[in-house]
Amino acid sequence: MSETNGKGSATPLLDELEKGDWPSFVTQIKEMAADGNEQCQQLLELLERSYREKIGHWKHGGIVGVHGYGGGVIGRYNDLPEEFPAIAHFHTLRVNMPTGWFYTSEVLRKICDIWDEHGSGLTNMHGSTGDIILLGTTTDELEPTFQALSEADFDLGGSGSDVRTPSACVGPARCEWACYDTLDLCNDLTQTFQDELHRPAFPYKFKFKCSGCPNDCVASIARSDMSIIGTWRDDIRIDQDEVRAYAEGGMNIERDICGNCPTKCMAWDGNELEIDNSNCVKCMHCINAMPKALRPGVDTGATILLGAKAPIVQGAQLSSVLIPFIKLEPPYQEIKDLAERIWDFWGEHGKNRERVGELMQRVGLGNFLEAIEVEPLPEMIAAPRDNPYVFYEEYYEEEDEEAEEEEPAAVP
Amino acid sequence: MDTQRRTDFGPPDFRRFLPPVIKDNYGKWKYHEILKPGVMVHVGEGGDKLFTVRAGSPRLLGTKRIRKYAELADKYCGGHLRFTSRHNVEFLLTDEANIDPLIKDLHDLGHPVGGIGPAISSIVHTQGWVHCHSAATDASGVVKAVMDDLHEYFDGTKQIPGKLRIALACCLNMCGAVHCSDIAILGVHRRPPKVQQGLNKVCEIPNVIAACPTAAIRPSTVDGNPSVEIDESLCMFCANCFSVCPALPMADALNDGVSIWVGGKVSNARSEPMFSKLAVPFIENEPPRWPTVVQAVRKIVEVWADGARPYERMGDFIERIGWPKFFKLTGIEFQKEHIDDYRYAGLSYKRSAQLRH
Repeated sequence: MSETNGKGSATPLLDELEKGDWPSFVTQIKEMAADGNEQCQQLLELLERSYREKIGHWKHGGIVGVHGYGGGVIGRYNDLPEEFPAIAHFHTLRVNMPTGWFYTSEVLRKICDIWDEHGSGLTNMHGSTGDIILLGTTTDELEPTFQALSEADFDLGGSGSDVRTPSACVGPARCEWACYDTLDLCNDLTQTFQDELHRPAFPYKFKFKCSGCPNDCVASIARSDMSIIGTWRDDIRIDQDEVRAYAEGGMNIERDICGNCPTKCMAWDGNELEIDNSNCVKCMHCINAMPKALRPGVDTGATILLGAKAPIVQGAQLSSVLIPFIKLEPPYQEIKDLAERIWDFWGEHGKNRERVGELMQRVGLGNFLEAIEVEPLPEMIAAPRDNPYVFYEEYYEEEDEEAEEEEPAAVP
Repeated sequence: MDTQRRTDFGPPDFRRFLPPVIKDNYGKWKYHEILKPGVMVHVGEGGDKLFTVRAGSPRLLGTKRIRKYAELADKYCGGHLRFTSRHNVEFLLTDEANIDPLIKDLHDLGHPVGGIGPAISSIVHTQGWVHCHSAATDASGVVKAVMDDLHEYFDGTKQIPGKLRIALACCLNMCGAVHCSDIAILGVHRRPPKVQQGLNKVCEIPNVIAACPTAAIRPSTVDGNPSVEIDESLCMFCANCFSVCPALPMADALNDGVSIWVGGKVSNARSEPMFSKLAVPFIENEPPRWPTVVQAVRKIVEVWADGARPYERMGDFIERIGWPKFFKLTGIEFQKEHIDDYRYAGLSYKRSAQLRH
């Protein structure tokens, strides 16, 4: 590896990213490189080279992993192994985080101990899907790392064409708006679908995300194939004294609360806030703005939406409504059965790298619903079709009518 | 083989790591208040209080820094902390008197406290040149430069009308799923894949051909070996072919760079969730600090902060003032690339005479 040789820093470009007020990832890598950690030292140099050349130096992953699992490890090799041998292999382990990203100092230190012993000591807390990302180790260390993790009760997360590590918002642990137990459902789905999570057998990835209310703090509607978003069916709970307190505190309830209501279902007379709950679409705005005065109702559950994904390959999609309202109580059998029916259809008809949302578009939502045995409902659409090209599947012949007429009328 | 080997046991149950105040008040929280930037209190039905202090983080953390977090959790929070979906770290306190000393320790460690309520929270982002094979730009470096410039919107020094969420993905695969962010920074390739020799030895040619959404890839023969050829006029740089075939690299120092998208959101509050739309088609990579990107993002933030009504998100703001005004206010030049030409492109054309003149 190159030395500074008294000629100044080996990483002049990266050093620029140690300036400024936001915490620096370069400082993180340097902190780890300080004690003779060769992987981190060479990572800095390789990254400096990328900064100089404006191009990455990592290659496609090969097939690496731990015994019996088809996912959870992202193989990574650099394209200059002679110059950067310490990071010639620099694989990532995705470790399934505790649901809700809760830790004790004790368990965090345990993870650090394992990673200091077996890898680079670099992590992401956390990756985009939610896993603990252990960033960079050699092929030989993969199995020992997994062994050490499993002794600490940590298992690998998903990667490739499988169930990806499900994630949940903070839910009832620290939020008064959680309309169902996001943490328990997420943990339950994760445990129930361990085989689907560790052994890729789908056309492509499948993500679950559990948000406790329509604020959707885990972005489930944008980022998960099955978005489970908490909601309620009864009336918003109001404490009129607290509403008045917000008004006295300077809040312009007429303009900023009633005026922002998407269905204009609220009225404020200067003393009482009136809500036409039959026309409330549970957008959360008024509750967000006045958390001491307004709360979701008590008949709570979730809306299930399906099909969100990033652009690759047919274009980005948001999830759309599949089940307008469902009560969610353990053992959550209904939602698990629904997922299995979706996977059956997708497994049979999905093309390679086709997400569920794309399959839904390709075959049409109507046909998709029939296949997974869900009745069509007006809540599933923004509007009925505006084109008249309907694919009717059957038609009558003259003989059919005669045959029908001969049949005796049904008698109740 | 080792008979002790455990598999498929899943993550440890989260309940093991909850602090006592959460166990006692699980599902029984009544309301919360933001006490100051980055600090909130949740109050239980029975009056218990849980204080949260949220700090920004670089996401890429060494174990040394994580151990520091653990020390702070021991010192102030009975050993309890959590992380958020946007890479922030949250310390969970029951003693209000510990808030300010904790904030001081966090500042000493170089971590800003903020990101709650009407603020810019941490940027959700991807790996970039640190660890990704398909990156068109770095991730952490751009994020660092942008947040250095915007940190006063994180820590509450500057007030803004509502939430603003920024995300960065270093290519169109969007591991950071940036497509529903108020401001999205997206790495883009602009050079068609370069067909490598010996492609047939590492890739399944039918898979490669099927991977292209515009049918730009056709079978061919190169030096007597089966290979593929690319109709470059049909390539829209999605890199799906590279994802299935390493012998079709897309990364190119001369042509890779960054685009900026605006007006997306995931929350249902007020308006429905929406996609981010193209604001700046291309800015070249300018490591180490991407000044043009930083400047463009700041301009967009300032235009929104000046013009938006209370609670109004970027997308709602732009819808209210209209896209022509957005381009005028930000000084971004409107060009051909802004007009969609993929599937259902016509849905984004203006289909009314309702225009502001």
